[in-house]
Amino acid sequence: MNNLSLIFVLLIFMAIAYQFGMTRSRRMAGGQNSASMHSRPHHYGMMVGLWAVLPPFLLLLLWNWLAPGVLQTLTLATVPAELLTDSEQAAVLMRRISNLANNFGVVAEAADWEVAAASYLSALQQKSALMLTALMFILASLGLLLSFKKIQPSLRARHQVEKALMAVLLLCSTVAILTTVGIVLSMVGETLKFFSFISPADFFFGTTWNPRFSTVGLAEGSLTGSQGSFGLLPLLAGTLLVALIAMLVAIPLGLMVAIYLAEYAPQRVRNTVKPIIEVLAGIPTIVYGFFALVTVGPFFAEFGQSIGMTIRATSALTAGVVMGIMIIPFISSLSDDILTQVPKSLRDGSLGLGATKSETIRQVVLPAALPGIVGAVLLAVSRAIGETMIVVLAAGNSPSLTANPFEAVSTVTVTIVNQLTGDNDFASPQSLVAFALGLTLFAITLLLNIVALVIVRKYREQYE
Amino acid sequence: MSEVTMLNNAEKIKMTARDVKVFYGDNQAIHGIDMDIVENEVIAFIGPSGCGKSTFLRCLNRMNDTIDICRVSGEIALDGYNIYDPALDVVQLRAQVGMVFQKPNPFPKSIYDNIAYGPKLHGLASKKSDLDDIVESSLRRAGLWEEVKDRLHQPGTGLSGGQQQRLCIARTIAVSPEVILMDEPCSALDPIATSIIEELIDELKQNFTIVIVTHNMQQAARVSDRTAFFHLGNLIEIGGTNDVFTNPKQKKTEDYITGRYG
Amino acid sequence: MTTELNTVTSANKAYSKVQQQVVRSLKKRHRQEKLFRTAGLLAVSASILLVILLFVNIFAKGLPAFWQHSITLDIYFDPAIVKISEQPQPQAGETENEFRQRDLAWRSEVGLVNFNRLIFPALQQVIPDAQQHRRELQRIVTSGERFALRDLVIADPSIIGQTKTLHLLTDANIDVWLKGNIDRSLPDEQQQLSAKVREWVDALKQQGVISNRFSFALFMNPDSRSSLASAGLAGAFMGSLYMMLVVIVLAIPMGVAAAIYLEEFAPKNRLTDLVEVNINNLAAVPSIVFGLLGASIFIGWFNLPMSAPVVGGLVLTLMTLPTVIIATRSTLKAIPPSIRQAALGLGASKTQAVFHHVLPLAIPGILTGSIIGVAQALGETAPLLLIGMKSFVASVPGSAMDQATALPVQIYLWQGNELRNFFEARTSAAIIVLLVMMLSLNSLAIWLRKRYEVRW
Repeated sequence: MNNLSLIFVLLIFMAIAYQFGMTRSRRMAGGQNSASMHSRPHHYGMMVGLWAVLPPFLLLLLWNWLAPGVLQTLTLATVPAELLTDSEQAAVLMRRISNLANNFGVVAEAADWEVAAASYLSALQQKSALMLTALMFILASLGLLLSFKKIQPSLRARHQVEKALMAVLLLCSTVAILTTVGIVLSMVGETLKFFSFISPADFFFGTTWNPRFSTVGLAEGSLTGSQGSFGLLPLLAGTLLVALIAMLVAIPLGLMVAIYLAEYAPQRVRNTVKPIIEVLAGIPTIVYGFFALVTVGPFFAEFGQSIGMTIRATSALTAGVVMGIMIIPFISSLSDDILTQVPKSLRDGSLGLGATKSETIRQVVLPAALPGIVGAVLLAVSRAIGETMIVVLAAGNSPSLTANPFEAVSTVTVTIVNQLTGDNDFASPQSLVAFALGLTLFAITLLLNIVALVIVRKYREQYE
Repeated sequence: MSEVTMLNNAEKIKMTARDVKVFYGDNQAIHGIDMDIVENEVIAFIGPSGCGKSTFLRCLNRMNDTIDICRVSGEIALDGYNIYDPALDVVQLRAQVGMVFQKPNPFPKSIYDNIAYGPKLHGLASKKSDLDDIVESSLRRAGLWEEVKDRLHQPGTGLSGGQQQRLCIARTIAVSPEVILMDEPCSALDPIATSIIEELIDELKQNFTIVIVTHNMQQAARVSDRTAFFHLGNLIEIGGTNDVFTNPKQKKTEDYITGRYG
Repeated sequence: MTTELNTVTSANKAYSKVQQQVVRSLKKRHRQEKLFRTAGLLAVSASILLVILLFVNIFAKGLPAFWQHSITLDIYFDPAIVKISEQPQPQAGETENEFRQRDLAWRSEVGLVNFNRLIFPALQQVIPDAQQHRRELQRIVTSGERFALRDLVIADPSIIGQTKTLHLLTDANIDVWLKGNIDRSLPDEQQQLSAKVREWVDALKQQGVISNRFSFALFMNPDSRSSLASAGLAGAFMGSLYMMLVVIVLAIPMGVAAAIYLEEFAPKNRLTDLVEVNINNLAAVPSIVFGLLGASIFIGWFNLPMSAPVVGGLVLTLMTLPTVIIATRSTLKAIPPSIRQAALGLGASKTQAVFHHVLPLAIPGILTGSIIGVAQALGETAPLLLIGMKSFVASVPGSAMDQATALPVQIYLWQGNELRNFFEARTSAAIIVLLVMMLSLNSLAIWLRKRYEVRW
């Protein structure tokens, strides 16, 4: 039986065990109200169900983890020893044998000893599956029987069930931490591999980005011969230039939108306008990228031509402006939340002195909200730096160190996409550099996010 | 001082209210109030909570304008000029009729900037030294100068509650209003801070007309020349403070003052 | 009394010195006020205008692509050309497997027939001088349509020997030419179509043999490179669907469970504080970093297949998890403690209080947050590129482990196609499909929020 059907059978088994447990607890209560028992019948049912199913399930996980390795060792033991010079060759060999065993067919004629090994493996696989099924059945029955016997009025079944539930909840909340750990570990690992090719100094302070290509299957020694230059600075400059342009668009617009909606607009206008602007936030970035590429870019280029200036259609300007549009709702809704948190008493104090509304906003409300708004802007910057699809399509992909917004640039994110989706060997510095870039990006955004979150949180506390 | 002498023709009437009604949406909060407020007097509004005294106070400098659903009818005049006249500039009105709020609400700025805020807005000081003078004299008149003169550039939010409220009073004085409205200015303060503010009110009445809303009857008795009793959006009784407290004409007033409800 | 009142306009009031200064400042201040207010109004209008511009732009470009030019032909399924054996029927004493093998053999036999040879005679009926230009003739019907004919035969072999009137998609270049998406005045050498073909299709359009019809190819077909006119979204759609299923099955239960634990049961200490910061931060990590995670862990370590929706789904799950957790936590936070206390006071355990009383109240909020999270995941592109989902897939995936692409990635692939005149519109059409899906998800969330919103 394969894993899925095993799990399916386990679920059915659990339902049966549940019924058993529930019936027994009911009978024990004497058919009347079950108040004489410590827990409700379904707790007993659930307890029996869990005892019947969890141990075999854990066994299934363990088996799936360990069995392939054991089978491989056993199978390879039958293979002529002179063929197993290194581990890589063994892996290739094993793949051939297991393909034969599963009737997938292999390239070239299979040797006699291969066929023998394959039939041995196939027999082993059958044995293993049989053993697993039998063991699981025994464990399940044992669990069912033992817990079934244990049902007593004084048995705290509910506590056991709740403990199991708590364990599941706890497990789920560790996933978020594991994700962060996974991100950091995987990227640090690959980055260290990359730094074995290129020195960190050349990476962080290099001013040229020209990685060349690696050829798949080339030996390690020859890779260093065709090595390009991996300087981070041009990419970082491009990233910052695009983010800066985006902020120049998004901050004034987003902030003024937030101010108008929070301070001036009547409730009805606010209720209609807010969702419309939030639609901008729900549009996928690839759509913005396409919009930039086919509409905004050509518009800028034509405009440039009409005033006698050279503006490239795909440039830092195009990507930045469209990214700014994308970020408007982000800034406006965050700022709106923050502005509405400024207490009304401050506004009253200022208005009561005879200040106009705009004077009150500019000189009292905004200074009071400043920390929160700075936090929102930092979050927006971090988003702009990490944004990918708009720059992939509209920034022009030219890694040069320039501050001219009308030129094509490249960014960290674009380069990650380029390096990992090209035809580069996964173990070459050309691919590995993507992880070094990713780690840099992660570090920058992490820093921005944490600072922003701390500021915003402090701000909230101030007015709570 | 009896009511009769208060209202003789020699006293100048500062503000008048005629048939003032206030609505919040469909709810009527004030049911037609007539009142005269005399120059340089302290008049106290008392009454159980929800009686409309604060609402009426906020009509006097049109602070109710800031609430969308609030509607005011009737007439209120300052020096004989209708303050609800569409041609009247509400900014100018509020410079004339200042307001101190229930909870001290200093701006998140330095003490100096808190005081200088109003004069700067209205262009009352052309030079830095003029501004310094206004700040100092306002703080002195609010009795706060000695306590804060060494830390003028520290945030106003760092002061104690009583000091913050005096800062707010100084901030109001700094724009030289003619009338000061105080909306339960001591409700958030401890007894000592309260008594300091009460003394301050007594001094301020030489230069300003003061309207004070309070839920504390002793306070009304201590600080005010005249007292108005509000109940359920109606003005029940108005008269000299002594008369209202010792010899109320209305049964409702008497019941409230003697503590039968409130 | 009213009559005695002066109005401000009717008399010159004698102001005090201070009041005079105030009055002098007024004009400038009111002008500033007006400016500021106008600036706010402008910002709002500009933002709304941008929304409108974006939508009008995409719809104007994309809507025409839902209609494609097709040619109406009488196809004679000539038995001399479609020479195939009888379709196998299940026989007695045959296992299912044996029958399937015979059926497959028959299908591949049908696949070997050159169905183009059915199209040419039909074209000759409508084009008088077809005989002299046999090469040009091949340019008219897009090459993918021969598979449509094959599928007709497989679906119903009795069609052989009959004549059917069919609408066949024309070549992409013809569609471009007839829609006027290419400059007709360009010289011959810059035109994609030969002069003869252009002359033919103009005439055929005039006669009504070629007409612009609603195109189901866009929805029913997978992507194609050999027959651009029949390239469709079905493959990408299924890929996205599988990924959404993975996200819904994994991210929502896990996210809700994590949020319940953190909000209701976890002790408040430094560790849970760290978890909180971590989750907030994870929500703001650039999506491409999750792609790197997927490439290195799911594909590099766990050896899961490249380009498979299951890997994409896992990556998007990790990305969506923080959104679901944060939304669920804030919903739980808004439920007043009195409800928990009431349940506890009746003797419920803490678990019972949470699962029987708090959670049901939180369901609308949780649903809203989850839908928004799923919609976000649906539109995500960058991480999918890194786990190989940008490769060209010409079939509709049958399971979550098959090679597939996703709607936003399909958009990315199409916008890069060389036949810009044709694919700019087709890409916009794909965007419209994606936007309609996302907006309906979002409006569902907004509707849920409005419908079940409780103010405590």
